[in-house]
Amino acid sequence: MSSVLLKPAAHPAAPSPGPAPAPESKTIRIGPRAHIPRRRFALAKPVPGGILLGPALLLLGWVIGAWANWIDPRVLPAPWTVAQTFWQLASDGRLESNFTTSAVRAGEGLAFGTVAGVVVALLSGLTRTGEYLLDGLVQVKRAVPVLALIPLLVMWLGIGEPMKVAIIAISVFIPIYMQLHFALRGIEARYIELACVLRLNYLQFLRWIVLPGALAGFLLGLRLAVAAAWIALVVVEQINATSGIGYMISLAGTYGQTDVIIAGLVVYAILGLTAEVLVRLLAKALLPWQRTFAG
Amino acid sequence: MKPVVCVRGLERGYEGKAVLDNLNLDIAPGEFVALLGRSGSGKSTFLRALADIDTEVSGSGMVVVPEGLAVVFQDARLLPWARVLDNVVLGLAGGDARARGRTALAEVELAGRERAWPGELSGGEQQRVALARALVRKPQLLLADEPFGALDALTRLKMHALLRRLCAAHQPAVLLVTHDVDEAIALADRVLVLEQGRIAADIVTRGTAAAALRHTLLGLLGATQELAGTS
Repeated sequence: MSSVLLKPAAHPAAPSPGPAPAPESKTIRIGPRAHIPRRRFALAKPVPGGILLGPALLLLGWVIGAWANWIDPRVLPAPWTVAQTFWQLASDGRLESNFTTSAVRAGEGLAFGTVAGVVVALLSGLTRTGEYLLDGLVQVKRAVPVLALIPLLVMWLGIGEPMKVAIIAISVFIPIYMQLHFALRGIEARYIELACVLRLNYLQFLRWIVLPGALAGFLLGLRLAVAAAWIALVVVEQINATSGIGYMISLAGTYGQTDVIIAGLVVYAILGLTAEVLVRLLAKALLPWQRTFAG
Repeated sequence: MKPVVCVRGLERGYEGKAVLDNLNLDIAPGEFVALLGRSGSGKSTFLRALADIDTEVSGSGMVVVPEGLAVVFQDARLLPWARVLDNVVLGLAGGDARARGRTALAEVELAGRERAWPGELSGGEQQRVALARALVRKPQLLLADEPFGALDALTRLKMHALLRRLCAAHQPAVLLVTHDVDEAIALADRVLVLEQGRIAADIVTRGTAAAALRHTLLGLLGATQELAGTS
């Protein structure tokens, strides 16, 4: 009986001879995918080093403008003048000593500010008592611009290095604290549930869930902190300083040496970019699991 | 035999609305129980009450569960920053923990992937790691909250076979929360239907014809007769 039933069913399944009727629906597309603009909304693929295009064009404009005498050298000296000055400053040792002073200041401020930010964020992020004692204080501090504290810190610490490092450290402390505290409190509830189900003890909970979960937030804080340290460095080096890149720049301003000013700014840029690259490398080393998503 | 799970008069409510209503249940050691129910029937709330992670709801009642309890969630819930083996042995004590973890990974056919990051695995592989993490603890009770709900149909079938094999080998009592009637029939010794916070049906699957059981269960879940008739 089943064979009788199956026989008529076999006929429609056989391929029908002749050309297939043209599809009436307009949404059917047959052919190479290149005809479909599927990247209409996506950004084009990144070209390695493409980010350098803007700076390169700026440099080219500067070279052409100086070469054609379109730019008054008193306003902006030619790139080769700046390069010459840079070389001169470097060879007579002024650049090196000022650079070292600035780098040490920024480094010390970053180190103290980061350690303080991490400790306070952990205390206030992981306990309610810590939050009640510390978070309010930090928020009040945050409302007062760091630069407004300079007169007070000069009274307390004098005009020497401790005051300068303290200003930088305070500038660094805020973004570290904010980002890390936010990241600690932002640990997903489902991971906390998992910790309960797996009966982790508190140390295991910190080691495997809280700290690695907050690490990305901390590294973002560190990037912001590096930027904050730079701003603070520039400010403190123009107040009562007798050395440092900022001092070199303000002195050059007094004598109208635009080329020295530009050379100083170039050093600041190099310092800033180096710090940014270091933080990015640190992030890559500490978050290897994220590389799989970035491709 | 003394039941491994004993629930008496369990009540759970959320914002004044009852989610579980005077619920009673015993599960025998090694018994595989599937808990079916529509969305909002309270099945996840029940599982969370057994796992003692239902902090957001209020309620009363008696729950006795064994010390050796493991949970598999719908999302594999692996720590993305920990390698596969570290995820499996997370919180496990003892010097042989890592060796046991390797064995568990081999059991779920993931030997050799110990050092992979969870983000490098497919959804099915991640759920297998979650199974290994549960089984390496040698649980007397395994709670599974729609563990295969996010997987494609073919992977789900493979996972069914794997789970059956693992349960036969380790003999834990299982409470599997699912909304999939066929999954419940394929895996369970006993099927419960939860309806508005109460157990509306408690059916032993052994000796019941699958087609008839399917028809009954679909009817209990409120599917229309035509839908229940097709197979």
